[in-house]
Amino acid sequence: MQNVMNPVGGDNFQEKGDKRMRLSLGPHHPSTHGVLQVIVDLEGETVVRCDPVPGYLHRGTEKLAENKYYTQIIPLTDRLDYLSPFNNNLSYTMAVEKLVGIEVPERAQWIRLILSELQRIASHLIWFGTHVMDIGAITPFLWAARDRETIMDIFEMCSGARLTLSYTRIGGLMSDVPPGFNEKVHEFTELFHKALKDYNKVVSKNPIFMSRTQGVGVITAEQAIQYGLTGPSLRGSGVEWDLRKHEPYMYYDQLDFEIPLGSTGDSYDRYLVRMEEMEQSNRIIQQALAKLPSKGPVKADDPKIVLPPKELSMSRAEEMQRHFYQVIHGFPAPVGECYFGLEGPKGELGFYIISDGSPRPYRLKIRAPSYVNLQALPLMTEGRMIADVITCIGTIDIVLGEVDR
Amino acid sequence: MFSLALFDVVNATEARVNAPEEPVIWFLQTFVTLFIIMNVVMVIMAYQTWAERKVMALAQQRFGPMRTGPIGLLQPIADAVKLLNKEYIVPRDADKTLFFFAPIIAFIPALAAFAVIPWGDATGEGLFGGWIRPIIANLNMGILYLLALSSIGVYGIVMSGYTSGNKYATLGSIRSSAQVVSYELTMGLGLMGTLIMAGSLNLNDVVIAQQNTMWYIIPQFFGFIVYAISGIAETNRNPFDLPEAESELVAGYHLEYGAMHFGMVYLGEYINMNVIAATVATLYLGGWAAPASFLEFIPGPIWLFLKFAFFLFIYYWIRVTLPRFRYDQLMGFCWKVLFPIALANVAITAVFKYLGITFGWWG
Repeated sequence: MQNVMNPVGGDNFQEKGDKRMRLSLGPHHPSTHGVLQVIVDLEGETVVRCDPVPGYLHRGTEKLAENKYYTQIIPLTDRLDYLSPFNNNLSYTMAVEKLVGIEVPERAQWIRLILSELQRIASHLIWFGTHVMDIGAITPFLWAARDRETIMDIFEMCSGARLTLSYTRIGGLMSDVPPGFNEKVHEFTELFHKALKDYNKVVSKNPIFMSRTQGVGVITAEQAIQYGLTGPSLRGSGVEWDLRKHEPYMYYDQLDFEIPLGSTGDSYDRYLVRMEEMEQSNRIIQQALAKLPSKGPVKADDPKIVLPPKELSMSRAEEMQRHFYQVIHGFPAPVGECYFGLEGPKGELGFYIISDGSPRPYRLKIRAPSYVNLQALPLMTEGRMIADVITCIGTIDIVLGEVDR
Repeated sequence: MFSLALFDVVNATEARVNAPEEPVIWFLQTFVTLFIIMNVVMVIMAYQTWAERKVMALAQQRFGPMRTGPIGLLQPIADAVKLLNKEYIVPRDADKTLFFFAPIIAFIPALAAFAVIPWGDATGEGLFGGWIRPIIANLNMGILYLLALSSIGVYGIVMSGYTSGNKYATLGSIRSSAQVVSYELTMGLGLMGTLIMAGSLNLNDVVIAQQNTMWYIIPQFFGFIVYAISGIAETNRNPFDLPEAESELVAGYHLEYGAMHFGMVYLGEYINMNVIAATVATLYLGGWAAPASFLEFIPGPIWLFLKFAFFLFIYYWIRVTLPRFRYDQLMGFCWKVLFPIALANVAITAVFKYLGITFGWWG
């Protein structure tokens, strides 16, 4: 077995007599955001080498998916980035929809869009709380958790679950949103606008916070592109790339919003980008609420893929047979390959499906933004202090469920 | 002027307390006083943890402890019972003897510092014919004693870190030794202005001097700021809690401690906070004296308690609001910001005192 504290091929500095200390941050460390292990070589407090070791939360999602019907994979995606399960559901569902070529009704699309943006805010709120908490301020986390709770309530209203939503279905949504949804979301957008001002007041201009984040974890635009960063981590370096604008899906081309950009690519810029993104998401939700059609189906009309309505399958023989057949046999997808990526809260979340014509994917590859973004950690931290490692883990906003899959 | 102050220090060995007529009686009286004051301090310390949790809860829009007794008032007792019931674990790599004694070394000086804090006019006789006196030891070099004890307390922290046999704990104690040594300097310099103005190292004399003029927080505002900030750093509290930075070093120097030894570390830290708060109250906020003459019917101990409770509240407030410094920024802040301010404050105060310049009606 490979010893992580003394990796094969790694330089054995202890024999060389260097005055270094090898410190294993994690996998059970309060601020590695889950079970990330970071092996750092320290000279005093300075980090000379930083080596992230993912894999402690590996559950073999991609392999599991090969043995499940397309519909059965949706619950697996909940467990990837558990801070934004709806976006995972959505990205996977849209990839399958692209593969089988099914048209999703307009109302379902709008609801998906609203929930997706709400989920982005929820994910960013947790990032905000934990990032600031890693730097030492404990109160903003509690405030962020309070506002996230409202979003959780909205999701609970819709899907009955708070974390493992599984709310999307191939061709639409599990069910329509309950009455009172619009009012509740509207109430949240108003409340959140005020809350965001509070966050900015407490944290954004705090001199200690600024000195802790400015100039820390700098990634230049070229480096960001080379490392394949996406999402706010990329935009913090000043690269204008947002799939919602550049490869619009759903109805993002009909909405008016801006893409915040950073300039220097340090942690503070990424912080500002995410804070502004929350504000923009709030704007998107408000616009989308106005455009949400009040009536209409939320499931595509495709009997081969979409399950019949529950009340019909419980009362009519034809629908009941269809229900059983679909649950037991799934639906075959056409032979081919397909990739779909959407702009998740952490970056481009993509699903690549290879289909051999059976009702199960031949191969499912998940392009997880956290995993790709984590690569930049050594680049950001080497030569800096140990406290900066913590700041940098926070600033790339990783979720270990997604890193390890 | 400096020579004058030094003269006072030299004279400090000459006890100014009313000489005891009957040494045995005097000893017993001191013991009774000691017993009462130490118990009061311990109770304050216990409820301070409760108060801190309540203040934090207030800022964070939660309730804080609520289940143990009415509004969680029995929480400190529950905590203590829990800690006492836990197993004392020594890590394999630890130096067993020093590991055992380190928290005690941190704890005792913190508690001992309360001996020189006056809870009332120390020149008076006290209650019940001297059986309960407002101060345990009316030392003429009280401030020096305080500074000395706070320096000893650091050894506990450094030792507990080094002897734990844990890398995080070692890092924590490295940070602690650098930080506390630096901030001790600014802390002492911050105090100097007060000493020059009062012309005495006796804490009771400082209080009386403030009664005759005014609270030193106004003429010694910069000294107060320097002392308060250094005090927060000295007690390893946010935003200077680097030795035990939870998000970086997990728990820092006391990472390996459990059971009542952890309790001892914890107690030491909180009592240190109390000492800083009590000295701030004594040196800058008028100590046991009432702020106005018509309020004098309220006894001294209550005034002292109110003043230091107020400063503790500021402690908590800072803790819930501010993020943490980085190690290099912390040292930079000490040597580049606080140190020059403290030095300038001492120089200016000294010049004013020497020339006899007074601002307005205080002097």
